[in-house]
Amino acid sequence: MNLTDDQIERYSRQILLPHVGGIGQEKLLSAKVLIIGAGGLGSPIAAYMAGAGIGTLGIVDSDVVELSNLHRQIIYSSDDIGKKKAIAAQDRLQKVNPDTKVIPYVLRLTSENIMDIIKDYDVIVDGSDNFPTRYLVNDACILAKKALVHGAFFRFEGQAMVIKLNEGPCYRCLFPEPPPPGTVPSCQEAGILGALAGVIGLIQATETLKLILEIGEPLVGELIVFDALEMSFRKIKIPRDKDCPICGENPTITELIDYEWFCGLKADEIA
Amino acid sequence: MTIKVRIPQPLQKLTDGKGLIEASASDVKSLIDELEGKFPGIKDRICDQTGKIRRFINIYVNEEDIRFLQGETTSLKDGYEVSIVPAIAGGK
Repeated sequence: MNLTDDQIERYSRQILLPHVGGIGQEKLLSAKVLIIGAGGLGSPIAAYMAGAGIGTLGIVDSDVVELSNLHRQIIYSSDDIGKKKAIAAQDRLQKVNPDTKVIPYVLRLTSENIMDIIKDYDVIVDGSDNFPTRYLVNDACILAKKALVHGAFFRFEGQAMVIKLNEGPCYRCLFPEPPPPGTVPSCQEAGILGALAGVIGLIQATETLKLILEIGEPLVGELIVFDALEMSFRKIKIPRDKDCPICGENPTITELIDYEWFCGLKADEIA
Repeated sequence: MTIKVRIPQPLQKLTDGKGLIEASASDVKSLIDELEGKFPGIKDRICDQTGKIRRFINIYVNEEDIRFLQGETTSLKDGYEVSIVPAIAGGK
């Protein structure tokens, strides 16, 4: 791949970095990243992926843009209200960077469709908003041996980690089971500081770029816990659980399960 | 003896919004009882009916997961920091 003059100018500030250079830029332009959820986390992640020149960017989201999304979902404008998020994101990102091919998936991930969707991507970034999807994505990425960049928030707090099979723990090693339904309020009920979603999303974006560029130390084996009110980042060690049902020594989950059932939910109860 | 205990957002409703609590228990099990004495209802959120720590909540002593230390009998000493970290799912 030869960078054009326009590309050299567009990406000059990151090509200048000794860890990136022209070779790193070519890696980014050849990379395929799938973002699950184009909301509070997915919006800033998508914006920076397109900015950095990720070659192929898949965006999974079945929702439409609502007025109450705009305080944190920064890739959308008031004109997008009522449009499918994955499509509105594609329109916006294509203007940010025509080098990035955006593939929208207007659907909800299930045990039936996820393997087929993730198989074409190098890195999966989880910006979903519910436990069934998070466990589904974790298990699918372990089974498909895909790198997964996890992030989640609640009010003024956020968490992030990178999951790479055989190199560190997975989400089930960290939390073997989800909370029962009804015990954890959604952001619709609990509220969210918009900028906090940006902080966590951009930790995920940074880790994704590092994975593609193969630079630095990935956030594997550690959970970042961010507290916006005291403006602190803590890193907590997460050991691999040898008894983990999906990535342990004797896995009991060898194919995808029914995640609504696992999370104590019926499909129509998922927010 | 003073131990710092970090309370996550979802449990702060029970601690009058406080994210950092001081305690003096000598192990994790007695720490949970001490917290329950100060903030009634918090034990129910951390432990199930059999008294075991719930599988979606982790407790860290000085950044180490007690599941990989001595579990609830993990001892606490002056200056230690305990973090309670629940699974959260928000992303939208």
